Amino acid sequence: MSPEFIEGIVVFVLASFIGFEVIAKVPPTLHTPLMSGANAISGITIVGAIIAGGTGNGAVAATLGFLAITFATINVVGGFLVTDRMLHMFKKKPGGKS
Amino acid sequence: MIRLLYLAAGVLFIVGLKGLGSPRTARRGNQLASVGMLLAAVVVVGDLIDLDTKITWWVIIVGIVVGSAIGVMFATKVEMTGMPELVAAFNGFGGASSALVAAAAVHESGGSFETETSIVVALSIAIGAITFTGSFVAYGKLKGFISGTPVAMPGGPWFNAALMAGGVALGTWAVASDAGAPYWFLAGLFLIIGVTGVLPIGGADMPVVMSLLNSLSGVAAATAGFIIGNLALIIGGALVGAAGLILTLQMGEAMNRTLANVLFSGFGGDGGTSGEMSDKPVNRATPDDVAIALAYAEKVMVVPGYGLAVAQAQHAVRDLASALAEKGVVTEYAIHPVAGRMPGHMNVLLAEADVDYDVLLDLDQSNPKFPLTDVVLIIGANDVVNPSARDDAASPIYGMPILECDLARTVVVIKRSLSPGFAGIDNPLFYEDKTMMLFADGKSALEEITAALALV
Repeated sequence: MSPEFIEGIVVFVLASFIGFEVIAKVPPTLHTPLMSGANAISGITIVGAIIAGGTGNGAVAATLGFLAITFATINVVGGFLVTDRMLHMFKKKPGGKS
Repeated sequence: MIRLLYLAAGVLFIVGLKGLGSPRTARRGNQLASVGMLLAAVVVVGDLIDLDTKITWWVIIVGIVVGSAIGVMFATKVEMTGMPELVAAFNGFGGASSALVAAAAVHESGGSFETETSIVVALSIAIGAITFTGSFVAYGKLKGFISGTPVAMPGGPWFNAALMAGGVALGTWAVASDAGAPYWFLAGLFLIIGVTGVLPIGGADMPVVMSLLNSLSGVAAATAGFIIGNLALIIGGALVGAAGLILTLQMGEAMNRTLANVLFSGFGGDGGTSGEMSDKPVNRATPDDVAIALAYAEKVMVVPGYGLAVAQAQHAVRDLASALAEKGVVTEYAIHPVAGRMPGHMNVLLAEADVDYDVLLDLDQSNPKFPLTDVVLIIGANDVVNPSARDDAASPIYGMPILECDLARTVVVIKRSLSPGFAGIDNPLFYEDKTMMLFADGKSALEEITAALALV
């Protein structure tokens, strides 16, 4: 295995543990925004999509890359936007009346 | 330097997710994560320019413009009640994108990789494909295009087990050979497994399925990260994978069921199972009766269920709580973890209706309060308040943590009919002397109660 690949595994394992620690503390009230925010983060695959779409040769590569970029962008832009919309509603009212 | 910038994007994701842990910091957290995403996207484009490779600009630009337009359109139009299906759809697109990144790598190399790369390519294709179709079947179920009742596969769970075994065999072949074809077969098979895997799962189990698919979309992104050797993808993907897994486990715990049981038992339709209905008498109530009971209460606990979302009654319940507050009645909300179709679904609906998050209580916070509660108002919830889960060892839902509404002084149940819940299980709570049954649509019933309250 190449050193980069092993480094990738190390990062993956550590990031998973950080993820567990950070997310286990999120209260149930915020589970929907957490899910939709995390979902937007999974759109990070857009980086791979840009590399594939921008550097590929030929029509097939361009099509695959184009779809990958479009789908990832829907995921990222839509995901962050809708999460923000939701969180905008989670505010404490002055005076705290129900 | 480039690698450090990707690491910075990963750190922004972590800090962002940490922010999502508290209502006060959540919005900032989400914004930080989106800054991380923007950074990663700018860095990769900068890197491509720097490497002096030939760049097909139109693919990148048109893809981003089209994707943004579609994303913005969906995100700004969606109703809060439609949040589960929207998240499912976005999730499906994310999974598809990861699979396509892997597919592009196969196309470019003709399927000839180092062993470790071929493993992550196969994983990325398989997981991305299953996430894609699985999420869209979930979308269809949530939207109602596809029946929420479990669709049994021939041979039951063995059907998918056999497909899965075929998937492992294909994956091994893809890794062992230097050809591209096995990867395309692999993609096709896992697209099918996404469909046949989610179809047998009932509508009421959607919170678990959604969490699991969310987790898979993260793992797909992480494996895509290994293909292109990118830290931001690996960190982001691992975080999402962990987040989805935690939610999956928590939802399973809240239903006292293992993940395997949810995925393979075909339990949990949308109701409508005729079941064995009891013909014991119930106390039918009118909106006026309920208004009187509420007006003379001190503490009221609202228990919302999926029926609240279906009836779009979140604003009506808030109006009722405001009217009660004017009479000095305190209203709080007890929310079961699996109420609704995705984790936290009820909280979002009530937040939309301007209900303060301080009065939204979870299972552990609300149960000690029921004995001190004068009136419990159950709107469109059933199994999560079924005392059989606590008392009747023979009940199929025995052991599932419930909201102990039966400990309150009076119970009001607003329901369309006496039909049992998704599990097809009769609910003894409905036949108790202290229970008032109001058979009506949730929204109109609440409006009538609020109107009647003004006259009490």
